[in-house]
Amino acid sequence: MANKLNIVEAVNQALMNEMEKDETVIVYGEDVGVEGGVFRATVDLQKKFGKERAFDTPLAESAIVGTAVGMAINGLKPVVEMQFMGFSYPAFNQIISHVARMRNRSRGRYTLPMVIRAPYGGGIRALEHHSESTEALYAHIPGLKVVIPSTPYDTKGLLIAAIRDPDPVIFLEPKRIYRAFRQEVPEEAYGLPISKAKVVEEGEDITIITWGAMVRDVQKASEMVKDKGIYPEVIDLRTISPMDRESFINSVKKTGRAIIVHEAPKTLGVGAEIVSIINEKAFLYLEAPPTRVTGFDTTFPLPRGEKHYIPSPERIAKTIEDVVKF
Amino acid sequence: MRFEDYSPLEDKHYSILDINGNVITEENLPSFSDEELLYLYRTMLFSRIMDEKNLSYQRQGRMLTYAPNIGQEAAQIGSAYAMEKNDWLVPSFRELGAWLVKGVPLKNIFLYWYGNEWGSYMPEGVKVLPVSVPIASQLQHATGIGMANNIKGEESVVVAYVGDGGTSQGDFHEALNFAAVFKAPVVFVIQNNQYAISVSRKEQTASKTLAQKAIAYGMPGILVDGNDIFAVYSATKEAIERARKGGGPTLIEAFTYRLGAHTTSDDPTKYRKDEEVEKWKEKDPIVRFKKYLQNKGILTDEWEENAKKEIEKEVTSTFEEIEDKSDTLIEDIFQYHYETMPPHLEEQLEDYKSFLEGGK
Repeated sequence: MANKLNIVEAVNQALMNEMEKDETVIVYGEDVGVEGGVFRATVDLQKKFGKERAFDTPLAESAIVGTAVGMAINGLKPVVEMQFMGFSYPAFNQIISHVARMRNRSRGRYTLPMVIRAPYGGGIRALEHHSESTEALYAHIPGLKVVIPSTPYDTKGLLIAAIRDPDPVIFLEPKRIYRAFRQEVPEEAYGLPISKAKVVEEGEDITIITWGAMVRDVQKASEMVKDKGIYPEVIDLRTISPMDRESFINSVKKTGRAIIVHEAPKTLGVGAEIVSIINEKAFLYLEAPPTRVTGFDTTFPLPRGEKHYIPSPERIAKTIEDVVKF
Repeated sequence: MRFEDYSPLEDKHYSILDINGNVITEENLPSFSDEELLYLYRTMLFSRIMDEKNLSYQRQGRMLTYAPNIGQEAAQIGSAYAMEKNDWLVPSFRELGAWLVKGVPLKNIFLYWYGNEWGSYMPEGVKVLPVSVPIASQLQHATGIGMANNIKGEESVVVAYVGDGGTSQGDFHEALNFAAVFKAPVVFVIQNNQYAISVSRKEQTASKTLAQKAIAYGMPGILVDGNDIFAVYSATKEAIERARKGGGPTLIEAFTYRLGAHTTSDDPTKYRKDEEVEKWKEKDPIVRFKKYLQNKGILTDEWEENAKKEIEKEVTSTFEEIEDKSDTLIEDIFQYHYETMPPHLEEQLEDYKSFLEGGK
């Protein structure tokens, strides 16, 4: 059986499936219980699995993550929610100092099979701190995995894989496209490999590496340049860390050109890392400098300015043409 | 003992032994066999000798930074002895006495301070978390372990340690609040040793006692003479039993004193006077307990001399077992970040090994 689900429904179904299968899976956070989450990602979990396994906590992100560390050490698989990525910073110390380090610190004696979910990214006309794309902060920390899906099908498979993963996963959900479209999603549980990118469009002329909500914008840009005879290969990275380097190295060896598109600020973003890898691994295949199309090195603007911040399909298309003409 | 009789707002210390080893409140005296009493005394000696040895190794350049526990033996050993084997211990970093009681092998303790992660690899059945350096952050883990016990219907209790400085951290507040809301079976033990490195207790909080913070969270709190092993044991035991029966968390302030430096990198003469230290030496928890045992005729000089010799021998031989033989394997630096080493780490490891082998 398959239903047409959007991304937020896919999150919910993944949680339902795994909680049903594995009674050590526990879901908690702010407003996730009775209300079912401010985006309704955890709706009906409490009704179905009870207050012991799906519950609201006091309003304190550090404790939500910190107690998950204790729960994971004590045999549970907590899946906790940061209501918005911009609210995850009170938990930063727990994530960096403990979540990422417990396995290494204890030489594998204590491991943390846990997931920290957070809606991320801009474009929903929200208040300050509700539009962050700070995946690079987490991707910089050894011991964490950072996963970002872009479709309902991938969301379900990757979230299930994250829950089953023996290591802690930061699971970032592109809230701009939470309800943007629907896709056939099997009702039963299935996992997709973490650290495995997906070629969403095959092409010969240029490789575009992107993730999350930007995948759709890149696909729009790709349609625009096809009219001009440029055929991009579009790679949805899906996992930011540890990333699937082979996917884009091989593609760039074929196309000789690369663009990285992300919503986060440019300087020291994940795009910078990808450019470095391309330079180290595919330098002699390059026909043009690997180039980034990103948010600016500014604070994400309040709603009246956000349309300027997020790279538009037009801005991406223009860069594609420039790099191809280089 | 009734917790209600010791309001933490009144600055009244719960104690059983006075500084001369006389029993003040007979009705609260725990009933230990002579064997248990001698075990406790021996463990206090062990902790003290281990500290002194480590300080001397450090001065000789044979040991790295070390955080001694001298003066806090009763607070640690008394509280840890109240735990069952199945209970969890969540330390900060100055809990040698508690580790010894909970069965952390001496070799692990040395390895940790010697700078090797294998020190934190606890043997099977030793339910002790690794040292947590960021102050008070470990309390969240204690609360989480306790919440998990409630979810799983397990009976074990968590005893978590923090210092007086740690009570100023946000994580202290969050951990105690969560523990109380979810009735987590956790006993929070503040070792109030009067200083957070150089900052004194009175500069840390305007609260009269640290134990009174319990009231705000809706949990019992008690201020205990932390240099009185019986008082620490008895209060912790009661708190553990309450937690085990579903009564939720407790906050215990063990009022003690760090007779030594914060760590070997610290010079305490910069922030406290010798007279103050001398006054606290009169309250030395080991001396006090020794007087009690001597008064009771349980402890003889001969027993003590023998015990000290045995301990010195064990400490020395264990240190020599790891000294100069504990360099970290290169592979170990890489292979414990994820269950399966990702390709980029494999590549970095291989590149470095090939560099060492004189390759490219």
